Amino acid sequence: MSPKLLPRSVVEIAASVRGGEVSAESITQASLDAVAARDGQLGGFLSVAADLALQRARDIDLRRERGETLGPLAGVPIALKDALCTKDQPTTSGSRILAQGIDQQGRAIDPWRPPYDATVVARLRAADAVFIGKSNLDEFAMGSSNENSAFRLARNPWNLDRTPGGSSGGSAVAVAGRMTAGALGSDTGGSVRQPAALTGTVGVKPSYGRVSRYGLIAFASSFDQVGPITHDVASSAAMLQIIAGADPADGTTTHHRVGAYREACSRGVAGMRIGVPAEYFADGLDDEVAAQVRRAIAALEENGASISNIELPHTRHAVATYYILATAECSSNLSRFDGVRFGHRAHGSQTLREVYETTRGGGFGPEVKRRIMLGTYVLSAGYYDAYYRRAQQVRTLIRRDFEHAFQSVDLIATPVSPTVAFPLGSKLDDPLAMYLADVYTLPASLAGIAAISVPCGLGSASGLPVGLQIIAPSFAEEQMFQAAQVVEDTAPDREVIPQACQS
Amino acid sequence: MTQAVITSRYGDWEPVIGLEIHAQLGTQTKLFCACETSFGDPPNVHTCPVCLGLPGALPVLNRQAVKMAIAASLALGCKVHEKSIFARKNYFYPDLPKGYQISQFDQPLATGGTLDIEADLGARTVGITRVHMEEDAGKNIHGDQHSRVDLNRAGTPLVEIVGEPDLRSPAEARDYMRRVRDVLIFLGVNDGNLEQGSFRCDANVSVRKPGASNFGTRVEMKNINSFRFVEEALDGEIHRQIRLIERGEVFKQQTRGYNADKKHSYLLREKENEDDYRYFPDPDLPPLVIETRLITEQRESLPELPADKQRRYTKELGLSDYAAGVLTAHPATARFFEATVATGATAERASNFIGAEILRDLKTDGLDAQFPVSPEQLGALLALVEAGTISGKQAKKLYGDVAGTDRDPASRAKELGMEVMRDEGALEKLVGEIVSKNAKQAEQYRAGKTKLLGFFVGQLMKATRGSADPELANALLRAALEQDTKDR
Ligand SMILES: [Zn+2]
Repeated sequence: MSPKLLPRSVVEIAASVRGGEVSAESITQASLDAVAARDGQLGGFLSVAADLALQRARDIDLRRERGETLGPLAGVPIALKDALCTKDQPTTSGSRILAQGIDQQGRAIDPWRPPYDATVVARLRAADAVFIGKSNLDEFAMGSSNENSAFRLARNPWNLDRTPGGSSGGSAVAVAGRMTAGALGSDTGGSVRQPAALTGTVGVKPSYGRVSRYGLIAFASSFDQVGPITHDVASSAAMLQIIAGADPADGTTTHHRVGAYREACSRGVAGMRIGVPAEYFADGLDDEVAAQVRRAIAALEENGASISNIELPHTRHAVATYYILATAECSSNLSRFDGVRFGHRAHGSQTLREVYETTRGGGFGPEVKRRIMLGTYVLSAGYYDAYYRRAQQVRTLIRRDFEHAFQSVDLIATPVSPTVAFPLGSKLDDPLAMYLADVYTLPASLAGIAAISVPCGLGSASGLPVGLQIIAPSFAEEQMFQAAQVVEDTAPDREVIPQACQS
Repeated sequence: MTQAVITSRYGDWEPVIGLEIHAQLGTQTKLFCACETSFGDPPNVHTCPVCLGLPGALPVLNRQAVKMAIAASLALGCKVHEKSIFARKNYFYPDLPKGYQISQFDQPLATGGTLDIEADLGARTVGITRVHMEEDAGKNIHGDQHSRVDLNRAGTPLVEIVGEPDLRSPAEARDYMRRVRDVLIFLGVNDGNLEQGSFRCDANVSVRKPGASNFGTRVEMKNINSFRFVEEALDGEIHRQIRLIERGEVFKQQTRGYNADKKHSYLLREKENEDDYRYFPDPDLPPLVIETRLITEQRESLPELPADKQRRYTKELGLSDYAAGVLTAHPATARFFEATVATGATAERASNFIGAEILRDLKTDGLDAQFPVSPEQLGALLALVEAGTISGKQAKKLYGDVAGTDRDPASRAKELGMEVMRDEGALEKLVGEIVSKNAKQAEQYRAGKTKLLGFFVGQLMKATRGSADPELANALLRAALEQDTKDR
């Protein structure tokens, strides 16, 4: 028996739970049933907190019956990327270094349980969201296919032989697989936007400083931002509304006004100037992706936006720049995983050096080690100026490209990924090919500006989802949502249900 | 900086010394989290996700520590920069939870200061390269089977004060270190406690021929934690280097430890084996931007520094260099002295009494000090002396009586029957008795050993339990002794 499909809209679920038309418990149960039915195959979750979720849902229902006003996300089932700390709940960041081992089913044995909640987790909880579990990811958010998870493979609900993207692959799978209504991912170089594009979901990378990073296990601190993945634009807007804003625990958050994101969604794009950068439509972009992206841009024009060609000349340096700066930061961020205070520690070591070497050697996977080595190299005496300092200078040039472009346009529209979801295993042996999967998402990450991935139809050849990226200036998330909603409203194939959810 | 006169102590070699001082800032909480900074508690009670370096935790800068570091920088004559950058110093050690120390590297808080010193080479001004902020590490405790880590201290705010290589003798190094400490404790930003490690010192030392423009091979001496050891360790190291060079041996740039018990240094590591710290700006902390207003505010609220205080005590209050030094050895003593003078006591009387009596009973713990009496009590006591109501000797006794209590010296003097004895008849009688009882000494006095007058005064004071008016006693004794001469 197939469980009734979970409603798609975060906004609608919250409204009906708040209004008492449906209980939080029944929604939570539907979500858990879907996980039980499909996640064995999909691999979206690393841990599921069924009892806790139901208990929480019942508490929400009880409070409603007592006449209390419920939070804006009341009863909404949410998946949390396992890079987010959840108090006393398993948190692995997809790495065996935060567990004592891995069992036959690919589950972490005795995983690390943080003594605290990430700020975004606390804010969602305060809004009465219900956490279903922790979603799969590339180890320490390093990867574009979710294949670097130490625990299990995640599969694309649209085609089980294809990747859901990464690194927030499990979060995208949870939503696209109709197991939760929303999810939180983290985006360092495209880790929310790319999986959203490959799974036909909406994914937001907020402006750097918009959302607290406190409790997000860091990959690259000057890039990392937590963002929502949902079925529709309004739902992402509703979730961002809750998690955005200054946090005294994160000195890199800012006091810019948090916009009225939900309201912005209905404003349309009449009179908006949208730029299309030639650099994003060059070699390497698949025809079926290009076709849907151009169609979506035409739809924006039909709805009153003026479209113009722009230049972002330093785009071609984005991949190299990103992989120098992000690896440099990660080589330092991951030093704390030393086996001394938490997580995995190799036994039988005779010396301190051996403790470090065997703990880290056995705890980290190959991609994480590769990036730590790259990052260590670029920061080393004698190489710092040639790599790290130079890359910082190029980052400034990329940022200026955007600043310059935003003098003449309000938003920029581009593809998210050069291809639709690629077959599992196809890029595993070629890290460079994998790095190029992020070629369109990296520049906005380097610039620290806002971007969203919105489904804009299915590829004509593959039948797989294509995403359009809308890039906005820092803290201009409202305009970003305005355009995203129009893209969603004009997209074809919106009612097609992923293969995995059909049976 | 001013040219040093070269000592002959090291033959024709000139030592070149620069100190790096690490001083804990006396904030309530740690540099990047809200944990208490406190010492001597059970291990790891003052910790949280941030100072434990747990995954996902982020540092948030303590503004109080910034203010203290600005004050220290200004007091050391440095320019405080509007923008400075926190950087990560990467290395692995169990007492370093994050695998990196947050410090400042190429853009420190402040640069370019000076300090006046005065030691064996005379009064000189030496340079301070920079003052920057950083967090302290925890502590490893090594047992037989296991090593344990206590992170109570991890994240405690420090300032590192890097001196120019301007010092030319171990005595200068010691004087420099003491003066830096005095400045910090008078600012109230550091407790100056060398034993507990809240004030630590590393020294860089090399030797060269005077007038040479290049420095010799540098040796860094780690963690020399007393003024005496700094002098000893540097002296030993300078001799060691000279011996090696004169023997024609080459040595590498290196780091050495100092064993104070055995009075010798030992090799820790050579330059090529040192870690590459891979410094880079900490992306978790925005650049530290300090408004000019805050710098002005801190500059205006700087207290009088010990060197200025000493100058004022000698120039304006007429105290000796020695007395001024004693009174400014601890900020609480200076405060106590000034408060006592504010009650109307003369600076000299207050200084003498504090030096002779109070300091003996003073208990200090870091910046805290417990005085046996209040400045008001001491003021009242000295007023009795000033008015001639009680003698100096009685004053000491009265002090013993009121110390540790809130008794009023004036009323206690009455209750104890303390009053200067001015009854000439009674004193004359006593004088007569004393002179005849000590005929031998009287004989010697008359023979010209007039110093013995002090002996007779002592006897008379003893007989009057210190209450005899000193002037009157002197006069009567002198008269009695000289009278006898005439009688003969
Ligand atoms: Zn702490």
